[in-house]
Amino acid sequence: MGSRFSATFDQHALAEIRRAAATGIYDIRGAGAKRHLPHFDDLLFLGASISRYPLEGYRETCATDVWLGTRHASKPIHLKIPITIAGMSFGSLSAQAKEALGRGASIAGTSTTTGDGGMTPEERGHSSILVYQYLPSRYGMNPDDLRRADAIEIVVGQGAKPGGGGMLLGQKISDRVAEMRNLPKGIDQRSACRHPDWTGPDDLEIKIEELREITNYEKPIYVKIGATRPYYDVALAVKSGADVVVLDGMQGGTAATQDVFIEHVGIPILAAIRPAVQALQDLGQHRKIQLIVSGGIRNGADVAKALALGADAVSIGTAALVALGDNDPAYEAEYQALGATAGAYDDWQEGRDPAGITTQDPVLAARLDPVAGGRRLANYLSVLTLEAQTIARACGKSHLHNLEPEDLVALTIEAAAMARVPLAGTNWIPGANPIG
Amino acid sequence: MTRVVDLQVSSRRTLNQALHDLPDQTNETHWTVRNPGGQHALAVGIDAPITVTIEGHAGYYCAGMNKHARIEIHGNAGVGVAENMMSGRVHVRGDASQAAGATAHGGLLIIDGNASARCGISMKGVRIVVKGSIGPMSAFMAQSGTLVALGDAGDALGDSIYEAHIYVRGRTGTLGADCCEKPMRAEHHAELRALLDEAGVDEDTRYFRRYGSARQLYNFHVDNAY
Ligand SMILES: Cc1cc2nc3c(=O)[nH]c(=O)nc-3n(C[C@H](O)[C@H](O)[C@H](O)COP(=O)(O)O)c2cc1C
Repeated sequence: MGSRFSATFDQHALAEIRRAAATGIYDIRGAGAKRHLPHFDDLLFLGASISRYPLEGYRETCATDVWLGTRHASKPIHLKIPITIAGMSFGSLSAQAKEALGRGASIAGTSTTTGDGGMTPEERGHSSILVYQYLPSRYGMNPDDLRRADAIEIVVGQGAKPGGGGMLLGQKISDRVAEMRNLPKGIDQRSACRHPDWTGPDDLEIKIEELREITNYEKPIYVKIGATRPYYDVALAVKSGADVVVLDGMQGGTAATQDVFIEHVGIPILAAIRPAVQALQDLGQHRKIQLIVSGGIRNGADVAKALALGADAVSIGTAALVALGDNDPAYEAEYQALGATAGAYDDWQEGRDPAGITTQDPVLAARLDPVAGGRRLANYLSVLTLEAQTIARACGKSHLHNLEPEDLVALTIEAAAMARVPLAGTNWIPGANPIG
Repeated sequence: MTRVVDLQVSSRRTLNQALHDLPDQTNETHWTVRNPGGQHALAVGIDAPITVTIEGHAGYYCAGMNKHARIEIHGNAGVGVAENMMSGRVHVRGDASQAAGATAHGGLLIIDGNASARCGISMKGVRIVVKGSIGPMSAFMAQSGTLVALGDAGDALGDSIYEAHIYVRGRTGTLGADCCEKPMRAEHHAELRALLDEAGVDEDTRYFRRYGSARQLYNFHVDNAY
């Protein structure tokens, strides 16, 4: 009859085969995994009942602050909300976008993070708390910036591409980006996937010692990993001396990576949090070494669920860009002209972003007003916090950190197994092996 | 004024903190470190035009992120000596382990002995002179600066190199992806001469061969993928 579409060779699969056949090259794009994955939506909070006592919505205190880096740093960081802005490079983002992130985060009382490409004066100037990434590429790495930072994040991997380095295609290597990275203009730049001067946890421990010596043991040192083997990686990060572990799941955004990498390497954040927390607990370090998780955080419920599973804070990338105006339907005509549509535009590597965020084109970048963008981000962060508090109060918690796995159930067997909470209406937690 | 710090008596932390606390116009411009005992992260993060002499072997990351200082190691240096140096001069009298001068942006690194694998990896402007040989994967992803080896170079030299210049007097093993031999023109002889002079090496530049980027991987093309 020829009227039945294949579930295996679906429209997307067919289009990809045709695209590959026509171009001979894999697809590179921005953003995170787009296919359906087990996620926070598969969890529900139980709320208070006869056995548990709720707090009055928005009146009774539900604190939201978090300390980061209390393990070794003499100057740990205190955030008003447990939501940080993830590392996104100047290069992948415009200077205005970086400034807007700094402004929004500072209003909200939280931190921003540099990225693969060094620290710009704009973001240092506008971020009251700035985390400086120490990446394999070491682009722009500079001891003065290290001393100017409030914390240092050693990036081992990213959820979108664990085992892969960064990419910045030639069209985004402007004069300023090229100079900061010490590279020729206009080349396709590939950041290293391995650190140049350490291999393995024993070396990492010495590297952390060095960074502490350089900065006189003041700054918290984070280690960021892409979620793959979270139990072991977190244990090794702890062993290496990290103050904070940042765990990024496969839904986490990227500026530019092969689609096959984004969609098929790494595990969803839902599956990674419990093994990570387990590692911290097994080492007696839960809540002493802080865990920040990211990858697909969209709303206050996601924040609350991540914290209930044992994280100390969450980090956002994609959602922050959307708050600034990324993929805004107001630019629909221009998205159409790029062969995309608002909401699905992910060619962040091309530098032609109509919203002026993932670009180095001065005309496009000027579309984003950093002050207005900062305000929008601050509003969004405020809503995330209020939503998380609403849920926490309903569960009777006077601090977001008092949320616990016992407040949660799962809607699917997969989510129950991954999050290690019972399937709703049962006491069944599938999976016997306690080690992830 | 010379200050002597004996690491059998005081700690690395005390040493580094004292070096960081130096005021701008300090007269404590000469430091001698006794009994380094292969400790890691010695004399790191200095930002002052002082001289530090380390009397013995140093562990990992000695002189890391150095700015302005002249640091001399009278012994061998562990992994990542002078890593990410910005300026100044680091001189290793013995051999250096892996990743010597990694990601360094400036300054001069001199190694009297041999340097192990990945010498000058990801270098970003530093000048490195190795009087002995350099190990495999040296100048991996080297972005800019100059790497000179008077001895031989190991396999996969200059893999994925960008604009750094490599000069080797002895034999080279395989060349890494996108690295090729290039002609020694007058400006290269001049660049090398100046660098050798600065490093105190009396060697004719005619005996050196130059390697650099074939620039075939600069813009991704499937036919060039390795
Ligand atoms: C445009 C963009 C650029 C990024 N650049 C970096 C980077 O330079 N370093 C890094 O560690 N992660 C980078 N990331 C990943 C984020 O730090 C973070 O892990 C991720 O965005 C979190 O997932 P989410 O986007 O779902 O919130 C980038 C992400 C995006 C969207």
